Amino acid sequence: MLFYSFFKTLIGQQVTVELKNDLAITGILTSVDQFLNIKLDEIRAVDDAKYPHMMAVKNCFIRGSVVRYVQLPASAVDTALLQDAARREAQQPTTGGAH
Amino acid sequence: MDNFIPQIFTTSASLVDSVDRKLLVVLRDGRKLIGVLRSFDQFANLVLQDTIERIYVGDAYGDIPRGIFIIRGENVVLLGEIDLDKEDELPLRQVPVEEILLAQREEMEARQRREKLKNKLLHDQGFSVDFTETDLY
Repeated sequence: MLFYSFFKTLIGQQVTVELKNDLAITGILTSVDQFLNIKLDEIRAVDDAKYPHMMAVKNCFIRGSVVRYVQLPASAVDTALLQDAARREAQQPTTGGAH
Repeated sequence: MDNFIPQIFTTSASLVDSVDRKLLVVLRDGRKLIGVLRSFDQFANLVLQDTIERIYVGDAYGDIPRGIFIIRGENVVLLGEIDLDKEDELPLRQVPVEEILLAQREEMEARQRREKLKNKLLHDQGFSVDFTETDLY
């Protein structure tokens, strides 16, 4: 739940999602769900020439299970708030846990 | 299953807006399928109609008509909405299926030769090379 809430605060920001197949996509985060599936708008594959199939695609849905990293603008993150939330979550996990 | 929040109560990354649209689906084995999304579920299992499998090699691509697909969600990497205008302006040329399959095989053989050479060089330098082709994406 924590990261789901965290990503919700980042909706509207430009992020870069790096997938487990090494494809990196930059776009504006439009929505996220409990599985951390991500929807991006106005996307651009970081290495255009290597991934021709992405040329005609403007927005996409990325399954959460294939994400390796999500790169965020540092200015969009309140690290103190995040640390606090993580501390609280560690003491009392809300949902999820072992899958 | 009790731990899952019902989708209606979340700002869900729902696929309901993508239904009946022409989508590109990238699978974990590296395949690119283009078809009309008809249905989905919480696992991102998909039903795709009028699907074609598009193979890209270099600056060319070829299409294989496949019909109706039911895709198990765990194999899905991403779904992209195809911009029909941008699709017409692609700098790629379409070639017949046989040609693209040939080109694909050549590309794969070239890649395997490079890998083999690389592994041999590493091995000669004393590195252990345990390369297994599993989920190649």
